[in-house]
Amino acid sequence: MSEHHVRVKDWFPPGHVRTPFFLRGKTGVIERELGAFENPEQRAYRQKPDMRKLVRVRFTMVEVWGEDAETPTDTLDAEIYEHWLEPVNAT
Amino acid sequence: MPHDHHDHGHEHDHLSPSGHPYQPDQDHPLTKWQAMEIAMRELLVEKGILTREEITQTVEAMDRRSPADGAKVVARAWVDPDYKARLLADGSAAINEMGFHADAMKLVVLENTADVHNVVVCTLCSCYPRNLLGLPPDWYKQRAYRSRVVKTPRAVLSEFGLTLPDTTQVRVHDSTADMRYLILPARPEGTADMDETALAALINRDSMIGVAQASAPE
Repeated sequence: MSEHHVRVKDWFPPGHVRTPFFLRGKTGVIERELGAFENPEQRAYRQKPDMRKLVRVRFTMVEVWGEDAETPTDTLDAEIYEHWLEPVNAT
Repeated sequence: MPHDHHDHGHEHDHLSPSGHPYQPDQDHPLTKWQAMEIAMRELLVEKGILTREEITQTVEAMDRRSPADGAKVVARAWVDPDYKARLLADGSAAINEMGFHADAMKLVVLENTADVHNVVVCTLCSCYPRNLLGLPPDWYKQRAYRSRVVKTPRAVLSEFGLTLPDTTQVRVHDSTADMRYLILPARPEGTADMDETALAALINRDSMIGVAQASAPE
């Protein structure tokens, strides 16, 4: 696997997060890196935010929806903060 | 139904003479946040941090934003290949050249072609490139569009009147964080002789969200 393959963590923490539920646990490819932005999970509670790298991750529809996918090779891109991503080969 | 004329007089109490429902007047007390907004605005003026004129000008500038702004950017990209390359590489910098600003958010511009069709959604809320397109349409903010376009984009696009061939890949872009997205629709056939202003008139709002193509020339 290329180092650009990443998996969205299968976390379900309470509070304000900007990682959509339907992408948690899904694997995709980094489409582009966007730079560092203030972590919205802290900003939402008026805490001093850390800067977190943000990347655009591209998922195939079959990865996201399985056999329900309308067209398996169509794609969905989303912006995900680095602390929500793990390498695919991580245990 | 407003236009069905039954004999039940009491049902007509809520309808205007033209058969449409009356819109309620807003004569309820201020909500907490309306009161907070007024208090904050008056304090800022009292303390000399802002003037009333500045506030009015800012509100008016926000109200002036419309899809015509995005259309100017797209038309420039259609006629100027160098500008298009800069726009696709760094959307924020390229719209700056034309006097538009992406503010704190960064602009990503995605090109629609015969091979790839991009469409934008914000599944979490209603993130939208307001600086280029003005206020989002109601459907863009509704759960039906937000939940369905990520799962069955081709069916949703068909409902907008856009049926794509299997040979076109669909890419849905979920505006989940700090980026805003502008779609660069394909330039229609038969527009080779048109200038930038005439081209801009073909570029409708929906084509810059990705739920439509640019309009064909008349």
